[in-house]
Amino acid sequence: MTAAPIQRIAITSEGPTLADLVDPRFGRAGGFVVIDLQTMATTYVDNGSSQVLAQGAGIQAAENLIKAGAQALLTGHVGPKAWAALRATGVKVVQGVENMTVGEAVAKFQAGAFAFSNAPSH
Amino acid sequence: MIVAIASGKGGTGKTTVSAALASIWKRPVLAVDMDVEEPNLHLFLKPGSVRIEPVYLEVPVLDKALCKLCGACAELCQFKAISLMGAHLLIFPDMCHGCGGCMRICPEGALQKGQRELGVVETGMTADGIPCLTGRLRIGEAMSPPLMGKVRQRMQAMAEKEIRDIIIDAPPGVSCPAMTAVQDADVILLVTEPTPFGLHDLRLAWQAFRPLGKPMGVVINRAGVGDDQVHSFCQEKNLPLLVEIPFRRDIAEHYAHGGILPQLDAGMKATFEELAERLERMATEGVGVSHA
Repeated sequence: MTAAPIQRIAITSEGPTLADLVDPRFGRAGGFVVIDLQTMATTYVDNGSSQVLAQGAGIQAAENLIKAGAQALLTGHVGPKAWAALRATGVKVVQGVENMTVGEAVAKFQAGAFAFSNAPSH
Repeated sequence: MIVAIASGKGGTGKTTVSAALASIWKRPVLAVDMDVEEPNLHLFLKPGSVRIEPVYLEVPVLDKALCKLCGACAELCQFKAISLMGAHLLIFPDMCHGCGGCMRICPEGALQKGQRELGVVETGMTADGIPCLTGRLRIGEAMSPPLMGKVRQRMQAMAEKEIRDIIIDAPPGVSCPAMTAVQDADVILLVTEPTPFGLHDLRLAWQAFRPLGKPMGVVINRAGVGDDQVHSFCQEKNLPLLVEIPFRRDIAEHYAHGGILPQLDAGMKATFEELAERLERMATEGVGVSHA
């Protein structure tokens, strides 16, 4: 862990705010709340362009995430293709995040309660 | 003459009817199993000396040394088979539909031709001299139409070499695989059963295939169960009901042993001979056939 500390993380979300629920899907997530951990400023990235794809939603979502400048992702499950896309650019991934609000997920991440995944979940 | 045996609903008897028709067809015929996701016509026709040949789809392979990350290929690809992730161009070969556009537009010639195995094409011959052609999708392969395209090419070559009629056992459903299977047909035969499920999917199939402008006819299998709504639907839509196969235990037993229906008894033989004749009339009367 010699890399610079993670500053921007993205959380798959059902809505644009910290009070919205984490969307456990990655490729078909409604959107991403992107948060700057220093300023705690949030932006919302709509993932609608992935949701309408017949195939490749995970890859498209990974592209959207990279464009938003996220260095880590908190979500429920990441499939193998999206995983390959995210790992190629060095984005770190936490899986199994669900049944909580985006704000709760961020707090847990900051408290060090999450471990980064080593493999896609399916 | 090409007959495609289709249905909306699975398990209505497409293969039963296909095998039966092939066995009593009066002219030389080629039997084609286009249900490449789960081919089963061979269980009834039992072709021997089967030749198995793998078939491939052309997919791009990246030469990293030549790629300048312009992203033109990724932008062109409608299927996310190529993605430009920051300073990385990623290729997902199993998403590729094989259009070849990326290789054509790459200004650096950085995408070379590779291949993905789609599955195999099997050819064999029954004891009665009926050639059989089957596509079998590779386990894990998500797309069947590209493999079906290879089966269609082979089918056309085989039918041209020695003039033959063709009987196509189509996959169930009404999406791309089913549409791909029926597009060469002169007549589409819809096999259904007289139940609400049968009617629901028969209606879908009729809606899906109607724009093709091909004559369509219906076979009711397991006649005697369910209700008469399929009959009413056929009447209402002017869809000729060609024959009915009764719901009988001896038929089910014969089928379960891999038997072909015309070999069961004289009645069944007559039923399928009548079906063959009516299909022939529909094909020669052509598009917009007036329904008897």
